[in-house]
Parts: sequence; structure tokens; C-alpha cells
Amino acid sequence: MTTTIIWTIAIIAILGLVLAVILYLVAEKFKVEEDPRIDEVEKVMPGANCGGCGFAGCRAFADAAVKAPNLDNNYCPVGGNEVMKKVAAILGYTVQEKAPQVAVVRCNGTCENRPKVNDYDGFSSCKVKAALYAGDTGCAYGCLGCGDCVAACQFGALSMDPVTGLPVVDQEKCTACGACTKACPKGIIELRAKGPRGMRMYVSCVNKDKGPAAKKACAAACIGCGICQKTCTHDAITVENNVAYIDYSKCKLCRECEAMCPTGAIHGVNFPKPLDKDAVKARIQERNRKAKEAAAAAAAAAKEAPAPAPVATQNKEEKA
Amino acid sequence: MTRTFSMGGVHPSDSKISRGCAIEVLPTPPTVYIQLSQHIGAPAKPLVAVGDSVKVGQPIAEPGGFVSAYIHSSVSGKVKSIAPRKDLAGNNQMCIEITVEGDEWMEGIDTSDTLITDIIDDNKAILDKIRLGGVVGLGGATFPTHVKLSPPPGKKCEMLIINGCECEPYLTSDFRTLLEKGEQVVVGTAIIKQVLGVDKATIGIEDNKPEAIAHINEVLASLRKVSPKFEGIEVMSLMKKYPEGGEKQLIDAVMGRQVASGGLPIDVGAVVQNVATALAVYDAVQKNKPIIDNSVTVTGECFPRQANLLVRVGTPLSYIVDYLGGMPADAAKVISGGPMMGRAIANMDAATLKGTSALLFLTEKQTRREPEGPCIRCGKCAQACPMGLEPFLLNRLARAGKVEELEDNAVQDCIECGCCLYSCPAHIPLLDIIRPAKGQVIGLIRARKAAQAAK
Repeated sequence: MTTTIIWTIAIIAILGLVLAVILYLVAEKFKVEEDPRIDEVEKVMPGANCGGCGFAGCRAFADAAVKAPNLDNNYCPVGGNEVMKKVAAILGYTVQEKAPQVAVVRCNGTCENRPKVNDYDGFSSCKVKAALYAGDTGCAYGCLGCGDCVAACQFGALSMDPVTGLPVVDQEKCTACGACTKACPKGIIELRAKGPRGMRMYVSCVNKDKGPAAKKACAAACIGCGICQKTCTHDAITVENNVAYIDYSKCKLCRECEAMCPTGAIHGVNFPKPLDKDAVKARIQERNRKAKEAAAAAAAAAKEAPAPAPVATQNKEEKA
Repeated sequence: MTRTFSMGGVHPSDSKISRGCAIEVLPTPPTVYIQLSQHIGAPAKPLVAVGDSVKVGQPIAEPGGFVSAYIHSSVSGKVKSIAPRKDLAGNNQMCIEITVEGDEWMEGIDTSDTLITDIIDDNKAILDKIRLGGVVGLGGATFPTHVKLSPPPGKKCEMLIINGCECEPYLTSDFRTLLEKGEQVVVGTAIIKQVLGVDKATIGIEDNKPEAIAHINEVLASLRKVSPKFEGIEVMSLMKKYPEGGEKQLIDAVMGRQVASGGLPIDVGAVVQNVATALAVYDAVQKNKPIIDNSVTVTGECFPRQANLLVRVGTPLSYIVDYLGGMPADAAKVISGGPMMGRAIANMDAATLKGTSALLFLTEKQTRREPEGPCIRCGKCAQACPMGLEPFLLNRLARAGKVEELEDNAVQDCIECGCCLYSCPAHIPLLDIIRPAKGQVIGLIRARKAAQAAK
């Protein structure tokens, strides 16, 4: 009896030892050489595996970052500059700092601004709704209100406002991974620079209809009138397809466009003081008047002078 | 035993309450809005400018590509504007707005009722007439007919199938067309048969329309005496089952052949055309009359006056409803097309298209959606799917966004017939969820093909 047990133990132990040696040899032979820095980089990543960088997850990002010659095309929006600095330190690269971004919902079609023209009783999903028709309001471009973006957000940064029926971004929680921008079938949500102390300007509308049609569908629609473009002294605003767009890299947060917008489609957020529209308007008028006078004076001077010099008559150039 | 397709299908109540209403001509509205994109393929390009005077049947837009079609003015009058306008679904579409003045027709259009049975032998001339007449498939997909009648080289057509199933509940416009314009439909069939160079043509009609089957048989008997060109055309009675009128289902029912995934009907030697298309071909070839009107069923239990109307293309829907006595108070949903595949209309100011087949009014009770329950994998949807798909699986994959697996499970073969949704005991909106996923997969396949072509 005892011998059987001893023999059994001995045979199993020998077998285990032999197999272990074989396994060790095989593992040595077919060893995958992996850069140890991949593990190090992965350790400093946020670990959200959100895909915001364009890779499947943090490990895939680490792998790509280690293999790439520099960090120009690899940036973790969730970790931001802090994490990227750590990654750069591990890899010995330099990192281009990026301004932190935040998701911005570019639609202000609240129940009040944009009355419903029909009732949707189908499956509650923006994707499904968009495949069926233009939506239950007169606007074919705006928020469909079923919350696909909320479902897509892994960070709990989005929620539907029951009063307005629009999604709201919690800017503290938003990591700018961009999942919501992909989930929105209407392309309303955009990643924009967070701005100094969170202050930022944006056009809260994507309606490409001509003015009257847009206005009819929604009281807060951008009607593409171009007043903001004319007002802007920083060349930050373009109007294309009847809708204005503010380039956040050029915007100087002067809020003049916001004061001039006839429909209130331009929004400024996180400013310490509320906008005094009349004061801003008066300032713009004064500036325009002065520019006009200067232009008139220049024209008169040009008439008197024998050799006319090229005169800048446009307001913008005068101001500059 | 009557024939039908082999896989899936459902049996909704046919509710053809307007079957007794003869086709009546709707008076011309004061303004028409003719959409430039009324067919599958590239939108047409306008040939007229604002302020131009146009006559009935005058081409006002030319094809914008190979798969595209001519569009003709359905009225005589002045072009008021060419601008975007909201369509049935509320999306912007370019429309030519024409204010009606009088009713002056283009020269050369035969407006008489005389039946012309002589068919010219020049197939090229016939195809040209079909192309210039702006004929598109009126069975629902509105695919340009001249393209469909020119099979790619190397592919041989063996049989022409004329689709007279009208398997959608409520719809009766094809049925009335068969009864009232059976001769024209048969001549149109003979024309298409000649162009395709086939010996056999089958007009498939579901057995819930015995009058139509009897009438077409009579017409065929009398026309065969006139010309040998009507030999080889037969009527086939098919078992009533939805979606018999689906192209692939009809081929299966008539010929017993199945089109492979991603294949075309011509791969199994078939070309399918709708009854209304055969009539449009007759009009275009024999009468020089392009598609300027089509028959529209206006129906629904809550609608006071059932009707089958001959409507000019571009007539505002609200005008049709007002003509028939206005919107019923208890109508909760208006559908363009039948209850199975039709789309709910979001905008009653929109205008009819060439392919508009019906306006269906449903009450709150008829359209109410039951709350969605959990899927218990009973497999009823898979049994009902006429394409042999597994809707319960597609539903799960679509919700998880697994595009590659959706493609592996052939979501792109879905014909959006709605049998899965109809049969689901848990009231899961299967089709609604599968439809966007199908669009996504088809987009992916196209992008891949384009990338390969670019290489």
C-alpha cells in the first residue's frame, strides 16, 4: 500500500519535472520579445479602455506609442497632458501639449424653441429614429432626443435634461474621448477646446436650412445671416451652408458675436459676468462709426493728394 | 396545390376594403411639387429654369447618372421655384414647383383610350422610349426600368415575371389596374418580353384576386388571336402569403429558384417587373406618354371615403385628403404605402412621387405599440423571415454594434418586409433595430468595393 503511494508520488513528481523542463525550453525557444516599456506605459494610462485615442484600448495605445517614432499622432484625450508627459518621460519623446477639450452639444432645440410637429412612438434610439425620418420637430438637423449619446458615454458625463429634452454635458466628468460624437447620428456633438477657466463660445445650431425655414422650425436656430461673421474682429467665424461656425483656436472670447446674434444661437459659457448686450452693441457701433469716419477722411485725403495711395476701405483692415 | 415561396412569410389579414372602388381621376391640383430624386440612383438635373412655361409630359429634369431617370412635368403651367422642400419624412429634397395653368399636353402624346396592340420590332427604339419616358419600377424600389431591361453581357434572361401579387394588406391600386387596364398591362408585358428576348412571361397574381386572374386570362385569350407576340404569356395563381411580391420571393414562387446572397434576379435568369410598371411601359412606348401620373389607393377603416385615384406626380398629399373629405378625426397615423413596409408620413404638405402607391389612415388603436418584452428565443422571427435570416440574433448584434458579425449573418440580405416584427410575441421592434445596422453594413461593403476599385 505504502509503496504504491510512494511510487505514484514519485512518478507524478518526475513527470511534472520533465514536463516543466520541456515547457521551459519551448517557452525559451518561442519567446516573444516584447518591449518592457509597453508595460510601463500601460501602467500610467488611465485604464478606461474607451477608445478615445483611436485604438482598441490602453494596451493597444501603449503598443502603438512605443513603436511610433514620436508622439505626434498618439494622444490620450482622457489622460490629457499630465498622462502624456509621463508617457513621454518613459519613452524619451517630447509631447506636444494639447488644450483640453470637452464635448459640446450644438443644438438648442428645447421644447419651447422647437415645438413638436408629430409624435414618435417607435423604438427609443436616435439611430433607429434617424433611419426612419427627419424627427418629430420641424428641424431635420437637430437633436432627436433619444439619448444615444448618454448611452455611449462611459464616464457618466452626459444626461438628458427632462425639461429641455436635450443632452447636458458635465464638463468635470467629460474626458473628450469622443464616443458621443460618434454615437450621434446627426453629428451635433463636437469636441471643442475647454477654454481658459472653462470659458468658451460656440454656435449652438447645425441647421443648414435657409433663414426663414430654419427660423420656422426653431426659434433658436442659426439663420445664417452672417452678422456674427461681420462683427468678429478675429476672423474666427465662418458661415457655410446657412450655418455659422466659430473656430475655437481663433476665438478671443470677446462675446461680440453673442451680443449681435438675432436668434441667440451663439452661446458663451462659464463667463464670470452675464453679457451686457447693450454695452457691447454700443461699443461695436462706436467702433464702426469711427472706422467709417476714418475711411471717409482717408478717401478725402486720397482725392486731394496727386498720387493716390491704395486705401483700405474695409472695416476690418481699418481696425487692424 | 397553389404555389408560393418556400421560406418564411406571414399571413396578415388582407383588409382590401377599397377593392370595389374603380380608379377615378383626381382633379389637377393648383400647384405641384415635383421632386428631383424619385428613383434609386443619382437625382435628376433640372432642364428648366424659374419662370419657364411647361406642358404636360415635357421633360423637366434629365438623368444625373447611369442609374437615374428622366422626370416630366405632370401639369402645364409656370415653373415657380426650384428649391429644397420637405419630403414625406421631413428631409429636404430639391423640388420643382409648378403653378398650374390650363391642361396643355406635349405634342405627340396620344391621350385617347384606343388600345394599340402592334409592337414595333426595333428593341433599341423601345428601350429609348422607356428611358425617355422616365419609367421606373413602380413596385416600390423605383429602380430605373431601362437599366433593368438591359441585362449585363453574358447574363441570359429566361423568364419575365410580372408582379401582380400586391401582397401588402389594404393596397388595391394594382388590382384595379389589372381589372380596368388589363389589356394595356398585357401589351406592356409583351413589349418587355420582346425587349428581353425571352419566350416566357408569367403574370403572378395572388389567389385572393380571382377576378383579376379571370380577367387577365380572358384578355390573353383574345389578344393571342391578334398577334403571335402574345404567345408565351401566362397567368399564375399564387397562394396568398406576405411578402409574395418581394422580388426574390416571387422568383422562388414562380420558378422555384433562389437568388444567392448578394446576387441579382438575372443570375437565376429572371427579370421581375410590377404591373404598374408594365402599364407605364405601355404608355411610354405605345402612347408616347411618360410617367406623369400613377394610381394611389387611399384607404383605412377610419377614412370615410375609400378610393383608388389616378394622381398627377407631385400632388400635395393634403390636396388628396381634402378632395376626399378631409382628415378623419380619429386618424393617428398616415402611412405612405402598405402597413407592412410603408413609412409613416411626418409631413402632409409633401407631394406624391412616381412610386407612391397608397395613403393609409390608421387609428390610435391600430398603430399602438405594445411594450417590449424580453426575447425568449422562441424563433418565431426566424421562421417568419422570408430571407432565412435570424432576426433575434441580428437584433442582439445590432444593439451591441458588432458590424462584422452582422455582415457574417447576412444582415445586408434583409428586405425590410417586417415579418419578424409582425411575428414577435414579445413585441420587440426587430426591423426598426435591424434597419440602421443594415444601412451601416451596406455602407461598409460599398466602401470596401470602392477601395478595391481604386486599387
